[in-house]
Amino acid sequence: MSHSDTLEALAAAGIAAPVKPLLSVEGLTRVYGKRIGCADVSFDLWPGEVLAIVGESGSGKTTLLNCISSRLTPTCGTVHYRMRDGATADIYKMAEAERRYLMRTDWGFVHQNPIDGLRMTVSAGANVGERLMAVGNRHYGNIRNTAIEWLSRVEIDEDRVDDQPRTFSGGMRQRLQIARNLVTEPRLVFMDEPTGGLDVSVQARLLDLLRGLVSDLGLAVIVVTHDLAVARLLSDRMIVMKEGRVIEAGLTDRVLDDPRAPYTQLLVSSILQV
Amino acid sequence: MTTVLVASEVKKTFIMHMRGGVELPVVANVSFSLKAGSCAVLGGPSGVGKSSILKMLYGNYGTDSGQILVQHHGRHVDVASASPRTVLEIRRDTIGYVSQFLRAVPRVSALDVAAEPLLIRGVSQAIAHQRARELFAELNLPEKLWSLPPATFSGGEQQRVNIARGFITDHPILLLDEPTASLDAANRAVVIELIARKKAEGTALLGIFHDHDVRNAVADHVIDVSAFAAGKAAA
Repeated sequence: MSHSDTLEALAAAGIAAPVKPLLSVEGLTRVYGKRIGCADVSFDLWPGEVLAIVGESGSGKTTLLNCISSRLTPTCGTVHYRMRDGATADIYKMAEAERRYLMRTDWGFVHQNPIDGLRMTVSAGANVGERLMAVGNRHYGNIRNTAIEWLSRVEIDEDRVDDQPRTFSGGMRQRLQIARNLVTEPRLVFMDEPTGGLDVSVQARLLDLLRGLVSDLGLAVIVVTHDLAVARLLSDRMIVMKEGRVIEAGLTDRVLDDPRAPYTQLLVSSILQV
Repeated sequence: MTTVLVASEVKKTFIMHMRGGVELPVVANVSFSLKAGSCAVLGGPSGVGKSSILKMLYGNYGTDSGQILVQHHGRHVDVASASPRTVLEIRRDTIGYVSQFLRAVPRVSALDVAAEPLLIRGVSQAIAHQRARELFAELNLPEKLWSLPPATFSGGEQQRVNIARGFITDHPILLLDEPTASLDAANRAVVIELIARKKAEGTALLGIFHDHDVRNAVADHVIDVSAFAAGKAAA
């Protein structure tokens, strides 16, 4: 029986084919001198899964995100990623060029402040097209059409394609940053407080857009947020951090509705009711 | 009739760290089973732990000890100890849940809220929306509301959106947390009819119903939750 026959037989029996995690983080630690950024963090992320990292300012969320996404070298620990060809690679043992290519194509990174993720003095269309050129697209007409298509997916009018993002509102800039990240069809997207600094109606629109894109594209996402409502809306699972360590982890609604750790109970009980 | 869920010796305590670690026992020794094609009802006074039991079966609350074995994809899985990924899979395919209150998401229409459980199982949007419209019509939800987000709906309207969302799939197990609490008599009758249909299709249902008429109309047997009251078990 060939491998594909076996998978079909398993599927027919209602048993899902064994899938490996997309990302495996093990013992990830980053220290700054004597201070701990994050310590001994381990988890697996599966294709299509959204993981929220929550905790208050200074809890190590962003340090962890940066260590996983290879923007900051960890002191110890490993990050393994399953590449498109199915092989698993330790991202800190890759050649620098290979890692950069991965970050430009199969990964995305949405910054809290769109200025950190966009080029403010080139057009919106070029901001989206640039990532396409990085993966080898050269045909100007195709790149422009794909850019316009992505602008419309993030609800930006076609007639803004030649405008620079510095003429955009905060919400539009954030949507443009998302389009720029998703145009190469990444499988894993990192987000650092993607709705921070936006007013609530703009935030609701962005969250709705993100929810739709994540489920349509089957994206795996690691989203850092201090906003538990954002975590509830976007994520399947969450980890709660305090002083650099994971103090609680589990299904998002379980952690929020039945928090166990004293700190998680404090966080949940501090949410303002509208 | 096949047994599709067995809870045995399930225990739940809340520890309130904000109040100096005071322990709040909820239930202990919860043991019962659910059979395909029948409807069991959790009975007992308010605060005795009925909703907590439903939430543990759905993986929404953790358990201190005990097992909740569910027949899932042809094997037995313990919800109490399953990984988050497995719990999500069980919710997608095996256990449905109608919560007491709808959690409204900004900008998402009633139709999309109700259709979502089918969409995440890969059913096309056209078919999922068609099923949602049929259920809304049956539940007498005014058609002008269907394309609006339910956040501003009345309690009864939100509850009907929630019921449609729970009943739209063919999950083998369906949990119902007071699904008729805010409904008028005509719509209570619709829900009784929907439950009867689920039973006929072989679904195992477990519900909380404070309304006597509804309870008498749907219950095949009553599980007395006061017997699992934590105080009693400790004695």
